[in-house]
Formats: sequence, C-alpha cells, structure tokens
Amino acid sequence: MTIINLDHISANPILPEVKEAMIAAIQMDYANPSSQHTRGEQAAETLESARESVAKLINCDNPKEVVFTSCGTESINHAIKGVALANAQKGKHIVTSNIEHNAVIRSLRRLKSMGYTITSVSVDEHGRVNPRDIAEAIKDDTILVSVMHSNNETGTIQPIEEIGKIVREKKVLFHSDAVDSVGVVPIDVHKLNVDLLSFASNPFYGPTGVGGLYIRRGSQVWPLLDGGIQENNKRAGAENLVGIVGMGVAADLARSRMEERIAHTAGLKKKLLDELPSYIDEYIINTHPEFSLPNLVSVSVRYIEGESVVLMLDDDGIAVSTRSACATGSLRASHVLLSIGRDHADAQGTLLITFGVDNTEADVVTFLTALKNVVTTLRNISPLYKKATNNQK
Amino acid sequence: MYNKTVMDHFRNPRNVGIIEDADGVGEVGNPLCGDMMTIYLKIEDEIIKDIKFQTFGCGSAIAVSSMLTELAVGKTIAAAKKITNKDVADALEGLPKNKLHCSNLGADALQVAIKNYEDKKAGKTQPELKRKDQHEHSHGEKCYCPYCDVEILDNATFCEACHTNLKESH
Repeated sequence: MTIINLDHISANPILPEVKEAMIAAIQMDYANPSSQHTRGEQAAETLESARESVAKLINCDNPKEVVFTSCGTESINHAIKGVALANAQKGKHIVTSNIEHNAVIRSLRRLKSMGYTITSVSVDEHGRVNPRDIAEAIKDDTILVSVMHSNNETGTIQPIEEIGKIVREKKVLFHSDAVDSVGVVPIDVHKLNVDLLSFASNPFYGPTGVGGLYIRRGSQVWPLLDGGIQENNKRAGAENLVGIVGMGVAADLARSRMEERIAHTAGLKKKLLDELPSYIDEYIINTHPEFSLPNLVSVSVRYIEGESVVLMLDDDGIAVSTRSACATGSLRASHVLLSIGRDHADAQGTLLITFGVDNTEADVVTFLTALKNVVTTLRNISPLYKKATNNQK
Repeated sequence: MYNKTVMDHFRNPRNVGIIEDADGVGEVGNPLCGDMMTIYLKIEDEIIKDIKFQTFGCGSAIAVSSMLTELAVGKTIAAAKKITNKDVADALEGLPKNKLHCSNLGADALQVAIKNYEDKKAGKTQPELKRKDQHEHSHGEKCYCPYCDVEILDNATFCEACHTNLKESH
C-alpha cells in the first residue's frame, strides 16, 4: 500500500538531489576539515561551501555567523544556555512565551534550577504573542528573550520582527526557535532583528542529524560543547560533513524552490480547510487564519481522541500526527493547545496535518474521505458525542 | 506499539453501544489522559446478561473497554466484582507501561456500574467506591514517575527526566 504522508512535520523525505550529494560525500572519504594537509583543505572547502548555502537561506551575509549543530534541539540548547552562562554577571532573567517547544521550555527549566528567573508571556486565541507583553516583561537584569518563529503545533507565526525591534532597543539578546520556519518560509535574520536563530535541515528536506545556529557577531554566547577549535570555536567536535553537505544542497533547493513550494502546500491547505465542512462537523481550527505556516493545519475534532484517529488512518495508509495527551509518553495535554484556550477534551482530538512537496490534491480528498469514516466510527464509540448532540436537540 | 490482541479489540471493538433500560450504569473518567468510559449492564438472576460500552479515549482505552465487556458478560455479579485491571491487561496480552492506567479505567467503570445496579436494587445510595490511587505503592517499593515511568526518589516533587511537577501522592 502506498502511504500518503501528511505528517511532514515529524519527518520529511530527503530529496533525491540531497541523497545524491550525500552519497557522493560518503564516497569522497573526506578528511577532517581542521587538518592542514591537502585533503583536510578539500574537506574545509566543502564545509565552508555548505555554510555559505545555509547562510544565504537565512539572508546572513557573514557565513561565519552560522554554526553547524547536530539538530534544532542542540541549537536551541546552545542559544539559551550559552547566552545564560555567558551573561550571568549581567543578570539572570529570561523572557519567553507560553507556547515554546520543549527544547526551550526544558532548557529554561534547567536554568531555573540554577538560579535564573523566567517570565513567560501568554498568547492570544491563535497562539500569537503580543510584542507589548514582551516589552513589559523585560527588566534591568534581563539577558535574553526567546520567542519561537512558528509554532510546531498550530503553525502560527509570531511577530518576530516587532519583538526583535523592542528587544534590541532594550539592549537584550534575542533568540528565535525557527526550526519549523527556516527553509519553509522566507527568513531574513536582519529583517527579523534576531541575535540568535535556531534551525534544522530536515524541515527543508535535508537529512536529520544536522542543524544550524545563527549567532550574530559580537553576541556573548558560550559553547555548549567544549573541546577543539571547530566551528570558529563555537561548537567543538569533528563536523558531520556528510550531513552538512546534505543540508547545504537542501538549503540551495529550498531557496530556489521556496515560492513554488509555498504555493503548492498552501493550495493543499486551502483545499483541506475549504472542503473539511462537507466531510465532518464539530471541529475547531487552531491554525491562525493569516499568520501561519503554509503547510500546516491543526484541527481539534471534538468528542474523539487523536491517537485512535492516527491508528485508524494508518490502517487506511494515511500518516498524520496528533497532539493528544494519550499519544505522548507523558500523557499530558499539550501546553500549546491549553494556552490557546482548548480544554482537555478538545485537546485530545487534535490532529496535525502537514503537507509536503510529495502531496497532491487527490491526497487531500483521500484523507478527507477516510477521516469522515474514522470520525463517524469513533463518535459512535464515544459517550461524549451522544451527550453533546442530545444537549443540542 | 500495541500487540495484535489490543489492535484487534481496537479495530473491532465488541459490545459497543448503549442499553437504554440498563440495570446498572457506570461512568468514569481519567483526568490524566482525558479518557471517559461508560458501561451499561443488563442483569438477570444476578448474572450479567448483556453489557455495552462507550469510550472516549485512545486505542488502548477502547481495547480495554472491549476486552472488559468480553470478560464480564455471562458472569455472576460476585464473579464480575473480582475482575481486576490486571485481568483485563493480561487478557489483552499486555499493554505498554504508560497505558496501564487505561486498564484501571475499565475495571473501575465495571465496578461503578455494578454498584449502581446494587444501589438501585437496595433503593438507596451506598457509600462511594473508593477510587484506587493512581500510583499507590507500599513502603520500600521503588517509585516511578506517573508521567514518564522513570524511577524517582520516594519523596520527589519534580521528575528530572520529564520535567513534571509531581504531587506528593505520586
């Protein structure tokens, strides 16, 4: 059975061009880019060429400001803990938002246990931060503000440019977790007024196991990994050159094909949102109608639970993701969904549908048809649906 | 993630539905997972003649409900009272560790339904059934985080592994 992948946010396929480049890189048997001999220099050239490609993707004119990491999570940990440790003499207060990824939340929690204080601002019903709330939260001892660019559960895009302007005026460092945005929507580190920006290669069809961190020149950030002089002394450890080559090629393709990809996925998203009402009722769209990723739809289907939906759609050959508490190891409702006002029951029925370059309009119809059947089946089993429909009568 | 038996009961749940003139109804919810389960009993001569369920929950919760109804149907009230969450989990040939609480839900719903039947029969409300604590453990036993199942200290108020604040009664 061919699988229809509507779960690109969990894992994107690696593009054929990227695979080819990576296989070629493996066959090159690259030396260590830090070595001074000819083969080392070849490796260093390859490394720096990939760095230039990645820098261009975020409109960074100085590739030295890009550090390769092992994933988006490492980049985020590096940015937050690196700034906190390097600036502890200046202050120990950090501002963030209520809807951040766990990589941010848990990094901050770790710092909290080390004596740092955190202010987390709330969001509106679509999960958007009000820049004024950030301005009000900044204190004399604030050393860092961290707000994500786009949310991985709702797709909502934050007013990073405005927040960045405010943060810069207050002379505080500003980090944005842009893991689900870089390579998906246009990102310009200058326009966004960020000092640090975390991203990863897989969201733009590069390999997993490679990420990047933009660190604006002059920002005080300690490395997360101490050791050798790699990555301009910002991240020790021999580089994952094969992965980095893949990320470089993926970055070039993301730049040249971005408009086309946005148009394609946004078209599928629009079709899904337009046609959903003729297939199911009683649902809530969590995605911001205007400021959101072009490829993501978050929908809370009421009176049923998401893991059940995922398992049943899987039987039909369709892969989607859920934000139901039951589907997480921790069995807790999503903090993002609770923050935008969903209750525990509605959060349970939340599906995340993410489109990619490999999807077609026919996939949307197949999905909607299967979803209708699954929702009907599960609502027949659910005691909540009957209760709710009885109350409405 | 789930074994074949669990997936079979999830895909083809037995005894789904409502008994309009039920002799006993039990409704329980699980605040941790957001599950809800309702059990309907039809009882003749102290024997469960018919049993139906409705469940709002994950694959495991639905499979547990289905298996529970299979275990209970045809049993006497006295025998049905002895059905434990372990019986349900065992009949399903095991559940993932973090889904075991779903089997508590099933056993609880049946007991609440039986109590409801007995209350009706006695014409009065008897004392509430004491809900089992999610993670009761006797002294000296190892203690595990109820959220991520990592071993934690007996008096821990915070799980270092999953960063969850824990109640003292974990």
